[in-house]
Amino acid sequence: MNILELYNLKKYYATQKAVDDISFSIPEGSIFGLLGPNGAGKTTLLRMITGIFYPDSGNIFFEGEKFDPVADIPKIGYMPEERGLYKKMKIGEQALYLAMLKGMGKKDAMKKIKEWFVKFEMESWWNKKVDDLSKGMSQKLQFVTTVLHEPKLLILDEPFSGLDPVNSNLIKDEIFKLAQKGTTIIFSTHRMEQVEEICDKIVLVNKGKKILDGSLIQIKNDFKEHIFKVGFDAIPARFDSNVFKIIDEKENYFNVKIDDGHTPAEVLQELLTQKASIISFNEILPTLNEIFIKQVEDTKTAREFSNN
Amino acid sequence: MNKIWLVIKREYLTRVRNKTFILSTILLPLFFIGFIFASAYFSIQSDSNQKVAVTDNNGIFKSSFQNDKSITYEFPSDVNINNFKQKGYSALLIIPKNYDFASDSISLVSDKQLGINAEEKIKNQINNAIRNKAFLQNNIDRKVLDSINKIDEGSIYNFRPVIKQGNKTEQSNSGLSYGIGFGSGILIYMTLFIYGAAVMRGVMEEKMNRIAEVIISSVKPFQLMMGKILGIAAVGITQLLIWIVLIIGLSSVTTIFLSPDSLQHVQTIHSSVGGATTGSSAAMNFLTAKNTFLSANWGLIIPCFLFYFIGGYLFYASLFAAVGSVVNEDPQEAQSLMLPITMPIILSFIIMTTAAGKPDAPISVWGSMIPFSSPIVMMARIPSGSVPVWQIAVSMLSLVAGFILTTMLAAKIYRTGILLYGKKVTFKEMGKWLFRKS
Repeated sequence: MNILELYNLKKYYATQKAVDDISFSIPEGSIFGLLGPNGAGKTTLLRMITGIFYPDSGNIFFEGEKFDPVADIPKIGYMPEERGLYKKMKIGEQALYLAMLKGMGKKDAMKKIKEWFVKFEMESWWNKKVDDLSKGMSQKLQFVTTVLHEPKLLILDEPFSGLDPVNSNLIKDEIFKLAQKGTTIIFSTHRMEQVEEICDKIVLVNKGKKILDGSLIQIKNDFKEHIFKVGFDAIPARFDSNVFKIIDEKENYFNVKIDDGHTPAEVLQELLTQKASIISFNEILPTLNEIFIKQVEDTKTAREFSNN
Repeated sequence: MNKIWLVIKREYLTRVRNKTFILSTILLPLFFIGFIFASAYFSIQSDSNQKVAVTDNNGIFKSSFQNDKSITYEFPSDVNINNFKQKGYSALLIIPKNYDFASDSISLVSDKQLGINAEEKIKNQINNAIRNKAFLQNNIDRKVLDSINKIDEGSIYNFRPVIKQGNKTEQSNSGLSYGIGFGSGILIYMTLFIYGAAVMRGVMEEKMNRIAEVIISSVKPFQLMMGKILGIAAVGITQLLIWIVLIIGLSSVTTIFLSPDSLQHVQTIHSSVGGATTGSSAAMNFLTAKNTFLSANWGLIIPCFLFYFIGGYLFYASLFAAVGSVVNEDPQEAQSLMLPITMPIILSFIIMTTAAGKPDAPISVWGSMIPFSSPIVMMARIPSGSVPVWQIAVSMLSLVAGFILTTMLAAKIYRTGILLYGKKVTFKEMGKWLFRKS
């Protein structure tokens, strides 16, 4: 079952088409990546999913029914890219306030806040103000306030930006735990390498349009170029092959591109008949970054993006 | 509805618990009282102990100039325009030789302004002297003239202005109603700025801390805006109530201090003997002041004040919120964006200064009807007691309609502005937001 389905969403601003006819669906319990460069329309899309903006046209279905911001918002947790907390408010009170705005009862909220504070070793912070916290500490607090009400759909916009590796891993672990418990998670980021290891399914957007949609494995297979990395004890002498071409050669390995109509087994066979001392043989799949650049090749975005 | 309540509660509690709230609650009245005392002090200071040298070669004025508390006149012969300062005089009054008031002019020389009061007093002295001289020249007996001059305004007749409306007559006291009208006008003017600016700063804080987006994913922008406006309104009402309690408390403490018995005692002495002794005259003054003060139509003034205080705040607060929502980090931007809001408030203040004195002038009537200025101007008119009921009704209704309208318009700007970062917004763009559908 899909927790979220978007049909032909559009949101135009005076100067640009922020979201231009985007449709996709997110299966319940999946970890979903919403990817694209800055300014692709990710945040606008998320703001429509969280009920902050109304789409100009198109439909959103949440748990199979038409999205109703008032009723569905308590089931969604949203951590915007621009993090924000009241600087002068005490941390405990702040967490309680945000939880109650999501519709939690006071008792329930207190219990949950205490659990999370213990988990993140924040118990002693209760009466501190956000002003007194380090950046990493306030990021942790922000995460806690986002998940306190146990949302079914958790939306994280650039969740790891500004986090050190220790806190980054801490939060990543918690996200996995939530996913195991059945929470659907949307990651929105322009750092594609960050989500390759996490996401089951991705959607790639650029300039308000959807470019790619599918499971990560599926997409990588669709875009693979039949390139294999072959490692040797010693590089064999050069020879001509009608099965593959060597596209890159290093001290102890080379990358080969298999010609159309041939298989990896034929490559191995040919190499073995050359008595090459093979120690490794594996396929090189394109990274999401490469796929993205290939998709939007020769556009301005692509050039800017490959410079990053 | 539950959520808006949570927002109101947060706004209220964080502000009331804040030290600045406690400080401003105490300091503002102190500042007010200090201001009154300071201005009184300086007005006395400016014309106290001035010594004026008069060169009056023919001795026309010597006999008629009279010294008073603030100015003494001396007639030395060796003082001129170059040395009066060294001789200890603050000014030199030069009467030309063989003075003829029709053709000659009298000059007053000083190295700095004497102040408007002092100049007025000197002019009065000269006027009296000339008038006396004229009387004497026309053969009026010196004794007769002295007895006429002794007549003190107010001591030989009673003046009692009375207001008649329908078949109800009451004693009017324009001084008191001017004072109350002016005072409440200023109070509403100040609170509009103080609490309006508080709303604006609150909205700016939420936008700059980037918490607005987090909150708006839980509540509607309108709920957040109204929660803030109503929360701060509650803070304002709390502050007002504290002041009212303080005033009542202080005045009753003073009354206890001058125990009612002694006041009554003073009153009986006053009525039987016809003159109070000096020791009890202060108590007497206090009693009359209190009675005069209580004679104002408080039953009408207080409810109206509360209405215009809240209505005026609601009218402007949402506009301040809209400005706060479009400001980026730059405080100067806030200044220029605030201009369209502050201008009408300042203009109302100017109209109010007229309305307190002339409550029935056309500008006062119009100013008290239009919702932009009605909260300040109407409060200046009401204490006079001459405002027809229909005018109050129209003014109140238009204010209610006005704040509903400003809130609706401001909400449209607020909703877009609060999520717009790093972009300078022009009035033209805000205009577009107003006419855009959701």
